[in-house]
Amino acid sequence: MSSIAFPTPDPAILARRDDIIAGLAALLPPECLVTSEDERRAFETDALTAYRRLPLAVALPRNTAEVAAVMAFCHREGVKIVPRGAGTSLAGGAIPQEDAVVIGVSKLNRILSVDYANRTARVEAGVTNLSISDAVMPDGFFYAPDPSSQLACTIAGNIGMNSGGAHCLKYGVTINNILGVKMVLIDGTVVDIGGQALDPAGLDLLGLIVGSEGQLGIVTEATVRLLRLAEGARPVLFGFDSSEAAGECVAAIIGAGIVPVAMEFMDKPAIEICEAFAKAGYPLDVEAMLIVEVEGSEEEMEAQLARICEIARRYGVKVVKESRSATETALIWKGRKSAFGATGRVADYICMDGTVPTSQLPYVLKRTGEIVASYGLRVANVFHAGDGNMHPLILYNVNDPAEQAKAEAAGNDILRLCVDAGGCLTGEHGVGIEKRDLMRHQFSEVDLTQQMRVRAVFDGRWLLNPAKVFPLDGRIAA
Amino acid sequence: MTIVPTKEAEAAEAVRAAQSSRRTLSIEGGGTRLAFGRPIQTDDTLSSKGLSGITRYEPAELVFSAWAGTPVAEIEAALDEKGQMLPFEPMDHRTIYGGSGAPTIGGIAATGASGPRRIQAGAARDLLLGVRFVNGRGEIVKSGGRVMKNVTGLDLVKVNCGAHGTLGFMTEVTFKVLPKPERTLTLILEDLDDERAVQAMSAALGSPFSVSAAAHLPADVGGARARTALRLEHFAESITYRARELAKVLSAFGRAREIEDDESRALWRAIRDVDALAQPKDDMLWRVSVPPTQAPALLARLRQAGLSFRALLDWGGGLIWIACTENAAASTVVREALGGDGHATLMRASDALRASLDVFQPQDAALMKLTAGIKASFDPDGILNPGRMYAGL
Repeated sequence: MSSIAFPTPDPAILARRDDIIAGLAALLPPECLVTSEDERRAFETDALTAYRRLPLAVALPRNTAEVAAVMAFCHREGVKIVPRGAGTSLAGGAIPQEDAVVIGVSKLNRILSVDYANRTARVEAGVTNLSISDAVMPDGFFYAPDPSSQLACTIAGNIGMNSGGAHCLKYGVTINNILGVKMVLIDGTVVDIGGQALDPAGLDLLGLIVGSEGQLGIVTEATVRLLRLAEGARPVLFGFDSSEAAGECVAAIIGAGIVPVAMEFMDKPAIEICEAFAKAGYPLDVEAMLIVEVEGSEEEMEAQLARICEIARRYGVKVVKESRSATETALIWKGRKSAFGATGRVADYICMDGTVPTSQLPYVLKRTGEIVASYGLRVANVFHAGDGNMHPLILYNVNDPAEQAKAEAAGNDILRLCVDAGGCLTGEHGVGIEKRDLMRHQFSEVDLTQQMRVRAVFDGRWLLNPAKVFPLDGRIAA
Repeated sequence: MTIVPTKEAEAAEAVRAAQSSRRTLSIEGGGTRLAFGRPIQTDDTLSSKGLSGITRYEPAELVFSAWAGTPVAEIEAALDEKGQMLPFEPMDHRTIYGGSGAPTIGGIAATGASGPRRIQAGAARDLLLGVRFVNGRGEIVKSGGRVMKNVTGLDLVKVNCGAHGTLGFMTEVTFKVLPKPERTLTLILEDLDDERAVQAMSAALGSPFSVSAAAHLPADVGGARARTALRLEHFAESITYRARELAKVLSAFGRAREIEDDESRALWRAIRDVDALAQPKDDMLWRVSVPPTQAPALLARLRQAGLSFRALLDWGGGLIWIACTENAAASTVVREALGGDGHATLMRASDALRASLDVFQPQDAALMKLTAGIKASFDPDGILNPGRMYAGL
């Protein structure tokens, strides 16, 4: 029994399936339209694989005009739309429903222009996150947000979820690194929001769109900021005897006026899983580990690491391991970035994404362990300590419905704990379907109603990604 | 009548009363930015002055919350005590508007006032983590929070930042802060024209030395000789190295001289507040945002159009302040010179002119429709700062 509800498909839409597909076929060439059951299977879920629904059809347009044509058609016909990037959402943000057409942006995959003098790039929304950095790295630049899924995930998805990554402590998340988008509204109208300038002309519509989980429109192009690579980057590993000591060390580093590029935390189960997979040289005899990365010239990195190591010693650090080569650096990050994949080899898991004030990290970690243990399950913690964005991985067996229900219940308890500790339900994965029904724990009805009123300006009939973010009951129309 | 609530609930009550009697409200903090936007006339004024004080400050979390009416000076003093700062270097608009009020943190959020460090540390909206506000229905709404990563629900924080009080009366704001740099040093190149200056700034900002501000003061703007200023802020031991390396990057543009600490800080404060163009007070003042490399061509187009003006470039050329004698025709000249990419805001002009011209860049019909819809979703009866940004909204 799955515990997340899906809306009942609209029988009138299902009955018109053939007509709707014929309508789409008039707008798109055959290779851009997926209708057979076998091929639709590839789109029935995302990285929240415990849930799946076959969409009515899948449209894979090649340009903005085709996206606009499909959206105008769906709008006219009252057909729901579920936007899709690479389908890497851990929150079910791209999971379809039976009466909806999926619009995937995977064919919008070109980098349109690179402008180093203005430090921007114009890209189609289906390009992968990493491909932007790959394209500009030979010239010494990069695109800063680096979610763990960056090899696969698209800029469209990053915009939907305002994705961050390990290095956002210094460089910020998607909204801080994007200047403009071309977006198709629900009725097919194409708008350009922002551009290459650093501030908005009027209301900050871009600030509303980034993180809106595909509910306001479909972004087809984006102007992203490019940053110059630092001269060098070097991580150091710290092993501690307790999570509390590691947490206090993080606070002390920031308190000392140092904001490293990244500060990542892993607990013992996470260290063991990642080490077994990546052979990164992680210490196995510690309870908690931090990866702290600094940037600059050789001398600058030495000086900063000296300051950071001195603070770590004050908090009883047991193992200190500085990277001594590019290979070691790559290995250290490989271990961290493969945490989700490596965990998936050990067990099924759900990954939580609550953020808490950093001062609350030790308390929330302790309570997380207690909560998961009370359900008889195991947890591995790996997260962005510098910004308090936690990622407890609750391990369970997906083929055991009772265990899945327990894992979800534990996850919900943890997210409520994050909110109660002064944080929020989701830092970078989005609400999707997963956390939809917890929204009332963080927001009052008034808060949610104001958000829904804004949503209704863009999509008064709830056609765009309609089963996401807001609880299914109590929705308001335009 | 001026209403000065001392509690958030009183503010909500005041807006509810205004809505039910269809009375319009001017939103005011310290009153130092009232000349920003279109001039408006309302039945009453709702002031945040009574909502003052820092409600939470966690230096180790790099975050503070304060009531919207808290004077900026009070916040900066508290941050200074812990060696921290507002990263986005908010502009103090008193230089250009005059007035003796105390700027408030709510005013900074409402106007999205970002200074020179915006290019490196982000704008006000990037650092504003959470808001509480009263919408036009008199409801108290919260959005965001006190953590840096938060994608829970629609983000109503950023759209309120820079909305000039047209969507809500902000009661409490939460900002991210950063440690103050140990040392600050500015490299100054002299006698560059606009074109060369922007090239120099692009080279500096495209270098790996974390330039935190890049501005150009043409000849006779704040000094006889043209100056192009590039700021470094970092740990003490890094600054010497970075200054040397950056000077190498800039060697094609001349030999850079260095100013440090207080002298550097004074220069950037003057750039932040547009001191050099503040006088004469009756000059009209424009604020133009463009892709940096387009700045020189834009200025050339203004000259070709016969406009007599003085300009100051910040954000590596991406932000241009333009001062000229007040005249209605300048609006057409400036906006036509944009060439389609960028936007211009009329920052200072007589009330009569600001009432008759578009103060904010006109937008196409689809975007205006969204803007009007968003305004109505927060303030259905149009009682909060009506007409401040756009006539009739």
